[in-house]
Amino acid sequence: MPNVTATQPVFPLLRTEVRNSAAQPRTPARLRAEEFSLFYGPRQALHAISLEILQNRVTAIIGPSGCGKSTFLRSMNRMNDLIAGVRVTGRILLDGAPLHDPSVDVVDLRRRVGMVFQQPSPFPKTIFENVAYGLRVNGLTGSAAELEQRVEGALQQAALWDEVKDRLHKSALTLSGGEQQRLCIARALAVRPEVLLMDEPASALDPISTAKIEELIHQLKQEYTIVVVTHNMQQAARVSDFTAFFLEGSVVEFDETPRIFTTPANQRTEDYITGRFG
Amino acid sequence: MALMGKLGWDRTLRWLTGVAAFAILGILGLLIGQITYHGWDRLTWEFLSGTPRAGMTEGGIFPAIYGTALLVVLMSIFVVPFGVLVAIYFSEYADRAGWLYRISRQAVNNLAGVPAIVFGLFGLGFFVQFMGQAVDRAVFGGALTYGQPALLWAALTMSVLTLPVVIVSVEEALQAVPQTYREASYSLGGTKSQTIFRVVLPHALPGVLTGGILAVSRGAGEVAPILFVGAAYYLPDLPTQLNHQFMELGYHIFILSTQSPDVEATKPLLYTTVLVLLGLTFLLNAVAIVIRGRMRAALRGT
Repeated sequence: MPNVTATQPVFPLLRTEVRNSAAQPRTPARLRAEEFSLFYGPRQALHAISLEILQNRVTAIIGPSGCGKSTFLRSMNRMNDLIAGVRVTGRILLDGAPLHDPSVDVVDLRRRVGMVFQQPSPFPKTIFENVAYGLRVNGLTGSAAELEQRVEGALQQAALWDEVKDRLHKSALTLSGGEQQRLCIARALAVRPEVLLMDEPASALDPISTAKIEELIHQLKQEYTIVVVTHNMQQAARVSDFTAFFLEGSVVEFDETPRIFTTPANQRTEDYITGRFG
Repeated sequence: MALMGKLGWDRTLRWLTGVAAFAILGILGLLIGQITYHGWDRLTWEFLSGTPRAGMTEGGIFPAIYGTALLVVLMSIFVVPFGVLVAIYFSEYADRAGWLYRISRQAVNNLAGVPAIVFGLFGLGFFVQFMGQAVDRAVFGGALTYGQPALLWAALTMSVLTLPVVIVSVEEALQAVPQTYREASYSLGGTKSQTIFRVVLPHALPGVLTGGILAVSRGAGEVAPILFVGAAYYLPDLPTQLNHQFMELGYHIFILSTQSPDVEATKPLLYTTVLVLLGLTFLLNAVAIVIRGRMRAALRGT
């Protein structure tokens, strides 16, 4: 029985799954949540989340509004630290090291675990300076030539280089919505993160731009580990290898994407996927 | 009372507001008109560049123009960084429920309500006498150098006067910066100070300039604070050091119109001086507004 539900520990079963498939070596888990709970003051937003995010795979998190998917995503790079009154229990581990340990350098963590937001928000600077920003604040610029190379590399990876190579020193605000979002992706990639967290990256974009972003995610997973929060189930089905279904702050089901969408184990998962509630 | 039917009130209000708008234009027109009428004749290049002669009945007012400009520049050097720092504290660091925030917010409000003449007395007592004498004792062995009315003390007094206006403008501009920019910076590994200085403050620069414009307008126009802190009626030389006194347009107008020995003879020059002060203020504002417009366009990407 391949499926997992919230009442069973996730990790042993997943390892079994991957080992059995096509004689591939076990894909290591990049991030792991162990009984992770989060409280906004007195209100509990996440209930004992246990999940694994595997390396070089795309993991989608789906669920209705307010179910905690963005909250969980933001916990993985400690962006929730910016909100007053947030308290966490349990652990999230990056390569085996707990993230919320007081000794962790949050600034470095955020370089290693990058984020792309729902609203494309390039800085009101030039295209070049947007991509270079992460390098500058982390002291990774090197010589002018090196900086140019890294900016170009990031823009290439984000499939934006051809569109902007002749106007690098124009303002980023002159780009279209889809281009701005790819710029934000380039900006996040420039600092060479290990994990890329994407919070509804295409929901503010038109369908063509959305398709480009999805194609991009597919290419990026060869080099990066990606987690995508989306309220668009079809997108999750298209783009991800694993899907976690969140409901009211808990993981209801977590499995390989094809299985979740064809034969979900949990009735609530099936209800959500078939649109009985949303 | 037929006018007071339901539609009558509508018509009345529309009429009333239109009249009020025209009244404003009228007042401004009268003000500028009267001053220009009386002062235009004497407005020559010699007036702007020369020094006063014959008991202020002839010559020019260049020293007063120079003194006003110097005062305003020095004041800006003090008030803008100080005001920006306080605004950054209010906008980016303060815990809104904490005691420090509430007390300092109240202090800024109170400071804004203090009458200008009180700043003059404050400047005399604190800057000129207390600090000036302390500086004299510590640096000049007791010789009277800074313990008297001086450009430095006048600039500092004016900067305290205009501080609330700068703080409020800058804070408003900082608050208007979208939170998404800050989040993007943090998510790339930026620290709080990097985020503030590389992203938030640059975006708020037009607001900083607004605060500066408002401060400069008040600084060039207020006379009460500098009455006994540094301004003088007639100085043969231009101020070259911070402990010198200086001539100033607003102060000059005050003395000319109330204490000159022959009021009728100096009257024409009085109006021309007022015209120059108005012109200088408009010019400073216009330059700053143009610069701010360019900054805003750059931020919008146009």
